[in-house]
Amino acid sequence: MIWNEEFETLPREALEALQLKRLKRLIEREYNLVLPYHKKMEKAGVTPDDIKSLDDIKRLPFTTKDDLRDNYPFGMFTVPLEDVVRIHASSGTTGKPTVVGYTKKDIDTWAELMARTLACGGSTRGDVVHNAYGYGLFTGGLGAHYGAEKLGATVIPMSGGNTKKQIMIMQDFGSTVLLCTPSYALNIAEVIRETNVDRSKLKLRVGHFGAEPWSENMREEIEKKLNISALDIYGLSEVIGPGVASECIEKKKGLHIFEDHFIAEIIDPDTGEVLPHGEKGELVFTTITKEAFPVIRYRTKDITQLIDEPCVCGRTFYRMKRVSGRTDDMMIIRGVNVFPSQIEHVLMSLEEVEPHYQLIITREGALDVMEVQVEVNENIFSDEVKQLETLSKRVEREIKDLLGISCKVKLVEPKTIQRSEGKARRVIDKRKI
Amino acid sequence: MKVEQISIFLENKSGRLTEVTGILAENGINIRALSLADTADFGILRIITNDTEKAKKVLKDNGFTVGKNEVVAIEVPDRPGGLSGILRALAGQDINVEYMYAFVQKSGENAIIIFRFDEIEKAISTLQKAGVRILRGEEVHSL
Repeated sequence: MIWNEEFETLPREALEALQLKRLKRLIEREYNLVLPYHKKMEKAGVTPDDIKSLDDIKRLPFTTKDDLRDNYPFGMFTVPLEDVVRIHASSGTTGKPTVVGYTKKDIDTWAELMARTLACGGSTRGDVVHNAYGYGLFTGGLGAHYGAEKLGATVIPMSGGNTKKQIMIMQDFGSTVLLCTPSYALNIAEVIRETNVDRSKLKLRVGHFGAEPWSENMREEIEKKLNISALDIYGLSEVIGPGVASECIEKKKGLHIFEDHFIAEIIDPDTGEVLPHGEKGELVFTTITKEAFPVIRYRTKDITQLIDEPCVCGRTFYRMKRVSGRTDDMMIIRGVNVFPSQIEHVLMSLEEVEPHYQLIITREGALDVMEVQVEVNENIFSDEVKQLETLSKRVEREIKDLLGISCKVKLVEPKTIQRSEGKARRVIDKRKI
Repeated sequence: MKVEQISIFLENKSGRLTEVTGILAENGINIRALSLADTADFGILRIITNDTEKAKKVLKDNGFTVGKNEVVAIEVPDRPGGLSGILRALAGQDINVEYMYAFVQKSGENAIIIFRFDEIEKAISTLQKAGVRILRGEEVHSL
């Protein structure tokens, strides 16, 4: 089912003409209204008049997370705060989050995009949408919520956690559509099995899973265990949130990028050169309809490739393959973005001297588990057990306060953590995704 | 009045204690007293040797995290109530024992117990006033 037949099936030529018109308007606005963009374009020697074709997008400078941090919190907004009706934020590389804003129209655009996403799974106003994405600063919960309402479906704003209650509500309210992270979907499946819930009492038909990397194996597992169709969705708060791209239930191969709102490029992460379709590289987005916080050539650091073949579902949008990795060291743990530098930040506050540390990520059942191994140096060592235990607990608490996820701190002997070329390997991800 | 003790951080994995004692043996260092505190993840080995500085150096050279601190060696009468009397004197002064362990060797008819206090100076004067014999550092290291 296609939510917006007119735009989602535009012939490529008409779509690209629309993109160019919107891009020109965007660049004009940003150049004139947002100082950081003006400065960047000036430095790159490009003005709005230089954008004559879609190909000219190459001439525009990239935007990175650093730009957002340098202009924290609202420095990159295009409209005054009084026109912003909503703020969201995701974790930044250090203590400060990345802040995004929405006008009333942006919220409508976003709802439209999530309505399209749900329609990609065949959902209509008759569906009961069980939304287990987290509500709050994270874009997942509210983004999906507004989309489901726009679709006219019945929304259950569950948020995450309390899995047994989730399952009870699924049975009692007759949930047909499940929205959560793929690992949480597996967790739900496990609890259903453990508590001997009769699967036939559940009406679940389809799930839209995102906010963390997953694989075809996980898709098979979720589909088998929950007896549903499992679709991959993509989004990031800097671009809009969930609803940037979605798989269709007809094909389940690659995510349609909603190109009437976003221009996607794949670049070589080292040189910044745009790569031809089909080549693997870093995904870059330009938002061409957003008002409050548009981004120009935002580097997502996600690695994927674009598919330009037509799809059986009838949408003319190009598809992106499942994200296969990152160009930086960001990890996604239980749906939360985690950078090793954030952990470092916490550890640095303990002592003048930075201890060596390593993060070990594993998956126990369906849940991600993070262990922080800290080498005990003379500055933090004590001959008393309770001092060391207090230290571990303090680090665990501070990480929980900063990231909102629990971890286990393990104190290890010096030189336990492998060094390569004198530098410690910070993350060992043992998850089999 | 104080005795130097070194403490070593050990992960809970097999062979670590053997490694420490092996290094000390190779360097001709004699262990006078020892205690091992352990948790699920790690252990802290505390030892008193005949040569604190050398023991600390050779262990550090071998990559161990080593700490040095001061403890008190006390003669405890080897009879029922011997330890109890001493602890009572300390409790009266609000002095906490962080941990303690017994010395293998005896001093005449008395046992020797090593104490780690939160307030070491106050503990020493309290014990002296109570007439408890405290061993000098040299005595302990060369026992």
